[in-house]
Amino acid sequence: MAKNGQIEGGAVLGRVLSVLVILAGILFAAQLCLASPADHSQVPSIFDPHSGNADLLYRLSGFVLSITGLIFVVVFTLLVYVVIRFRERPTNAGREPAQVYGSNQIELAWTVIPILIVVVLFLATARVIHAIQDAPEPAEALEVTAIGHQFWWEYRFPALGVVTANELHIPVSDRAHPRPTFLKLLSADTDHSFWVPQLGGKTDLIPNHINRIWFSPQETGLFLGQCAQYCGTQHAKMLLRVSVESEEDFDAWIQAQKEPAIQDEKESAGRRVFETTACLNCHAVGGTNGTGRFGPDLTHLMSRQTIAAGAAENTPANLRLWIQNPDAIKFGSLMPAMKLSDADLDALVRYLETLK
Amino acid sequence: MSSDAMAIRTAEAAGRPWVEILHEWVTTVDHKRLGVLYIVYALVFLVIGGIEAVIIRIQLIRPLNDFVSPQVFNRMFTMHGTTMIFFVAMPVLFGFANYLVPLMVGARDMAFPRLNAFSFWLSAFGGFLLYFSFVGGSGLYGAGNAPDVGWWAYAPLTSRAFSPGHSTDYWTIALLVSGFGSIGTAINLITTILCMRCPGMTLGRMPLLAWLNLVMSGMVLIALTPLSAAQIMLLADRYLGSHFFDTQAGGSATLWMHFFWIFGHPEVYILILPCFAFMSEIIPVFSRKPIFGYPVMVGASVCIGFVSMSVWAHHMFSIGMTSYANAFFTITTLSVGVPTGIKIFNWLGTMWGGRIQFKTPMLFSIAFLFQFLIAGLTGIMLGSAAFNWQLTGSYFVVAHFHYVIVGGILFALFGAFYYWYPKITGKMLSETLGKIHFWLFFIGFHMTFDLMHIPGLLGMPRRIYTYEPGRGWDTWNLLVTIGALIQSIATLVFVANLIISYFKGRDAGNDPWDAWTLEWSVSSPPPEYNFATIPTVASRRPLWDIKHPEDPDSRYE
Repeated sequence: MAKNGQIEGGAVLGRVLSVLVILAGILFAAQLCLASPADHSQVPSIFDPHSGNADLLYRLSGFVLSITGLIFVVVFTLLVYVVIRFRERPTNAGREPAQVYGSNQIELAWTVIPILIVVVLFLATARVIHAIQDAPEPAEALEVTAIGHQFWWEYRFPALGVVTANELHIPVSDRAHPRPTFLKLLSADTDHSFWVPQLGGKTDLIPNHINRIWFSPQETGLFLGQCAQYCGTQHAKMLLRVSVESEEDFDAWIQAQKEPAIQDEKESAGRRVFETTACLNCHAVGGTNGTGRFGPDLTHLMSRQTIAAGAAENTPANLRLWIQNPDAIKFGSLMPAMKLSDADLDALVRYLETLK
Repeated sequence: MSSDAMAIRTAEAAGRPWVEILHEWVTTVDHKRLGVLYIVYALVFLVIGGIEAVIIRIQLIRPLNDFVSPQVFNRMFTMHGTTMIFFVAMPVLFGFANYLVPLMVGARDMAFPRLNAFSFWLSAFGGFLLYFSFVGGSGLYGAGNAPDVGWWAYAPLTSRAFSPGHSTDYWTIALLVSGFGSIGTAINLITTILCMRCPGMTLGRMPLLAWLNLVMSGMVLIALTPLSAAQIMLLADRYLGSHFFDTQAGGSATLWMHFFWIFGHPEVYILILPCFAFMSEIIPVFSRKPIFGYPVMVGASVCIGFVSMSVWAHHMFSIGMTSYANAFFTITTLSVGVPTGIKIFNWLGTMWGGRIQFKTPMLFSIAFLFQFLIAGLTGIMLGSAAFNWQLTGSYFVVAHFHYVIVGGILFALFGAFYYWYPKITGKMLSETLGKIHFWLFFIGFHMTFDLMHIPGLLGMPRRIYTYEPGRGWDTWNLLVTIGALIQSIATLVFVANLIISYFKGRDAGNDPWDAWTLEWSVSSPPPEYNFATIPTVASRRPLWDIKHPEDPDSRYE
């Protein structure tokens, strides 16, 4: 009986160890994958920071991970040692071990050491909280208002007189020309959360509760993210695209966005469809009588790469499908199926394509 | 003796019509039967919640999958979370507490047997209401549906503007009703533990299981109250025209968050403390040593109870609190790690120098220690507010709390099942099936929840019904889903073991584990009034004193 118990114990231990080795291998492989993602802008990893504040968080995460990693190694080693060293064996079976009730010195040691670790972790965290949350807004900062809607993003540049949707363009903020972007976060309906991991941590957009965040992106490029607070049916397809551009590209983009919509007389039929159906209740096109604000501003629709908050590429075929049957692209979005005739639909899509 | 009792019982049962047996179970006020009812009820919901989890995982097995529609997916994660917390974890832990506390403190029943029955049936009715939403959720709007607002139901998604029909009302009332049940049980446990201990059992000699359930019950009283208040306010918003959480009319969405999480975080400890209780009974017995540092363990538990009341806003680091609030909740959250660490070290101290027997309950306990350690460390990462801005709301946090709830709570529960099943039924669970269950579940668990951290670090938010390809999330999600399926198979092995062993298991006898607390001094299953004569104890391990008269604990305490 006792012998069986011992063999069983030994075999169990062997299996515990082999499983742990395999797991450690998997985690190690995972680390490698994290360290070298194939295409940085497509994998929005928190360990691939591209802005000053994301970098602060990245360094803090490295510090916290190394301390917790150290604690893990120490305690795990203890556990494995105890399980192997003090298992039941034929030599000790049937005899009760020495009955030890405790030790105040040891208890004191494993109370004080964790308290010291907690203090260190707290100080490191408080420093980063202060650096990010209490940073003053410099005069040269770009101010943007981001408004969360079910299920898309509205961006306003109040000082520049630009309103756009879903694709945010901001300037790079390098050491030579610091120009951080300060975002004011609002919500038109439910809670949302703005999260572009490579640019910084997430902050919620809450109705009746104004939040502010800022980024100082150090490299140009396209950075992806998405809504990180459950906001309803299509929470999953409320995607974020932030394009960080050089000072010149950004200024050119702003200039183009400031223009009223292009009036192409060839597509007046499509424009008439836009102006005489329900489109204009929700959508605005600068220079027309469409001033709706429930949906994205379409004045420069064709300057955007995607439609439906990143759910589909901005192609004529997708635009047509989106107007005809939005559920096919994004089931449960608040865009209604417009039920237009084929001729009207084609004219409307051709008109929208002129809105560069 | 135990087999005689069983034989008599079976003969009695065989001779009576099933209606009478059913009547006996429905009207019972016996703490043991109510305990079993709680446990069986929770197991049924465990299977339902598990099926919902599998649906979620199949939908996420590859990008842009369309196994279920977005609405169905959103209902599944809402129902999965609500079910697992309120209708699996709470009742199963209350079930064990109900069954074990009177036996372990040497009492014949709970202090208020009829309140006990009332609490159970309230909780059971709550679960029924929640699931009735599948039929009645839409009210007059047409086909039925279940709530799809997430298990924490943030305002204003629950307002009538965003949640028409009655699905949210079923969620609200189900939680309200079962919450009253929980409060009743907590009052009952507190009274039983404080007033019904047998002669000689001072607070300092009480088994740790009773201590931890005492702390847990105190926390239930404090934490469930704001939740119930918030549910009533939400109902008033929806039907009486108040505007507590109605942001369109100047209400506050963050008010709901505070109300919910001042319940929600203590709730985690309400669930984990009884599991600490199981560990504190199982680890000593299979290490053949008394618990290391009993007074410190008690102190650490009470300390956890108090500190965990001041950490709730660490669920809200991303809502834009001031830097001072973020710093405050960072230090309180990290502080919980100290008493929790003390507990882990004391369990290791218990095993140190012992003679560890690798029976199934002990395997689950060792796995608990390993996994709870990791869960605690990822908790430290999440507790650091600034790091939290990158982690919260992502799959990292989903992996973290499943590590706590599955890796911690469920593993401890499985250990408790293998340990006390012989006492409850009089039959041993099969060790062979137990080991298969353990290893399958262990492998499935780690495959699912170790790997689930990674898509979170790669920017995958939680509660999305699908995701874009090419973000580096695909492979991880595939592996996570496979792990979930392995866990489902393991759970089936467990259920099969429960059923097969009930009919074919080896007879347990009074004390199959050579244990030391009072429940092992009576027959298995225990007689209706537990103790023919109320026992008198002189130490924390009364049965050790009887088995070792030459070296009793009472000499040292």
